Amino acid sequence: MRKIYIYKGFERFWHWTQASLIMFLALTGFEVHGTFEIFGFEKAVQFHRAASWMLIGLIVFAIFWHITTGEWKQYIPTTQKLKEQILYYLSGIFKGEKHPTTKTELSKLNPLQRIVYLSFKVILIPMTIISGVFYMLYKTIDQNNLVVVEEYPLESIAFWHTLGAILLMVFLIVHVYMTTTGETPTSNIKAMLTGYEDLEDSETTNESPKTI
Amino acid sequence: MKVMYKNILFIILAVITALVLVNVLHKQPSYNLKLETLKQEYAIKPTPSVDHSKLPALQKKFNTPQEVTEACISCHTETHKEIMNSSHWNWERLSYVEGRGISASGKNTVLNNFCIGSNSNQQACAACHIGFGMNDNHFDYNNALNVDCMVCHDNSEEYKKGSSMAGYPDRTVNLEKVAQSVGIPERNNCGSCHFFSGGGNNVKHGDLEVAQLSTTREVDVHMAVNGMNMSCVDCHTAENHQIKGKLYSVSTSNTDRATCEQCHTSTPHFSHVLNRHGSKVSCQTCHIPEYAKVNATKMAWKWSEAGKLKDGQPYSEEDSIGNHRYLSIKGSFKWEKNVKPDYVWFNGTADQYHLGDSITTLPLQINTLNGSYNDKNAKIIPVKIHVGDQIFDKKYKRLIQPKLYAANQGDSAFWKDFDWEKAAAAGMHDVGLPFSGDYGFVETEMYWPVNHMVAPKEQALSCVECHSRNGRLAELTGFYMPGRDRNKTLDTAGTWLIVLALIAVIGHGLMRILTNIIKNNYEKQVIDYDKPDITD
Repeated sequence: MRKIYIYKGFERFWHWTQASLIMFLALTGFEVHGTFEIFGFEKAVQFHRAASWMLIGLIVFAIFWHITTGEWKQYIPTTQKLKEQILYYLSGIFKGEKHPTTKTELSKLNPLQRIVYLSFKVILIPMTIISGVFYMLYKTIDQNNLVVVEEYPLESIAFWHTLGAILLMVFLIVHVYMTTTGETPTSNIKAMLTGYEDLEDSETTNESPKTI
Repeated sequence: MKVMYKNILFIILAVITALVLVNVLHKQPSYNLKLETLKQEYAIKPTPSVDHSKLPALQKKFNTPQEVTEACISCHTETHKEIMNSSHWNWERLSYVEGRGISASGKNTVLNNFCIGSNSNQQACAACHIGFGMNDNHFDYNNALNVDCMVCHDNSEEYKKGSSMAGYPDRTVNLEKVAQSVGIPERNNCGSCHFFSGGGNNVKHGDLEVAQLSTTREVDVHMAVNGMNMSCVDCHTAENHQIKGKLYSVSTSNTDRATCEQCHTSTPHFSHVLNRHGSKVSCQTCHIPEYAKVNATKMAWKWSEAGKLKDGQPYSEEDSIGNHRYLSIKGSFKWEKNVKPDYVWFNGTADQYHLGDSITTLPLQINTLNGSYNDKNAKIIPVKIHVGDQIFDKKYKRLIQPKLYAANQGDSAFWKDFDWEKAAAAGMHDVGLPFSGDYGFVETEMYWPVNHMVAPKEQALSCVECHSRNGRLAELTGFYMPGRDRNKTLDTAGTWLIVLALIAVIGHGLMRILTNIIKNNYEKQVIDYDKPDITD
């Protein structure tokens, strides 16, 4: 076991900011949807808009970071050991078996995470954000003003946005729970907070990871 | 290194927190330069350039009101032509109406569900005609001397039309005084007819009534004496006596309307979101949360109950706030105060039921406001919907114009003789339509756009008044509104999905805890079994 610096400063900042923005957006968004009342409709709309621009800004930085650091390669999907990983969560975990894959600095994600996070990044988030931008710019405007989005009925824009929001909530629930399946129930969350995690020595890595 | 990272992280988080706080605590500026400029503009009331009391032409005794008109025309040589081209004079206006073609709409051709119509009742109804001597449908619209300048331009509050005098002034009016004190129309000039239409204060409009002569900002921000103290013609401006503003019980076209935007522009708010609402929502919708704020307005009128007598005499009953609940001559009424408007789509064009039209819908729409969500020019507007029933010809399926007014009994007038059949025959004869003799009562609806009694901005509708499941716009369909509408299938499926995800993770977690306990117990048991072996 070695203490590895696995989550970089920006990565952690991005993760937690995105997490809080998504939760705040869910709170205000479902209020606009009419699910409950917390801030009042007007404030909810204002907050939702402000937070959505912040999230978009954050994601632009995150994309830049993924590209420049090469971290995007972490998300290349693989079927190798995917079945074992699924079986582990379905049965092995109850028998106290070991994780079928080893977490390393160069391969932080297990095959299941790769697929889920990739879908999250290239399907769920874009769907929600694009429909959200359409929603935000939706104008049924008369002659003189700029018409940004008009041809698409608000009903279908709202449908995709709500669908995105619901799936994000499902992701959030499962994601938070899955963090407890690490070495200890809190080791994954601690790692995302501090950046350091105790990782097993891996036979497959040749490089010597940065250790402290 | 670690310290530096922590500092950087702290700075970034601090920036984010600041951004959030700025957003949460940000207040709109309270000072609206656009509005202040407008207020200043309208604070200075125009001063007349002519004092009519000094004009030699008016220094004489006037025996008839026509002589006054003659004196007016002696200086304003062409003005009568403008007047005689107006709907205030002609009581109708030519316009193109979709489905009807070019037609004349106005009091002469349409009906309403209050006092029904002016035809055959001109002697009384002409109290609100800007002319003298309209006592039947043979009024000479080409006689300039019959133009009544005074009813609109008297600034002395002396002038008043006589009751049932065919538009002539009351005999007590001092014509010299009136002629010498003419000027720009004031509120009571317009109000003398527009406040009392339908036979009493605030009967028809609901948002135009005598209280607006002297009122507070709570009632009407524009007309309030402690507010801008504006007169009707400040907004209803006129050029060549063609006055801006449409009343859609008689008007049809989307032209020459008096609008909020003419002063306030189409982007009056600081918030772009609110400004954007203006493409589909009229200003009035949010800024007139209720009408009839001081005195009640008539909401329903059942003519079918008219004609009951007590001991052979007509009688009246009053409701708790002193309004007539029943009148033998008119039927039963429902009055309401502080009324929340209904809301409809409206594109500025309308159609009316014209005398002679067939009854096709039930309840019959006395006037139809056109528009729908898909109509680019249509906006949501607040309306007063006046409902009731009135006499119609069962055989010809037409509304009947009854003769209501006459000076004496035995003249077929319903208000004197209480005989519907005679009144219907006389009235229909007067408008030149057949009457089968078989009459009944049909339910009708009339739409009155609410444009006045604009509330102070603090009282404007908040978002949730409409953006909620059962808000004010619950009845309007054909479009998706956040907060009101949702895809029910998606919502149900989504709720289930979230619940199932919760059940799944909780179940999974419990199983892990459970299997862990069992495993630990098993290990303990193994140790327990071993123990005796060791002690042995």
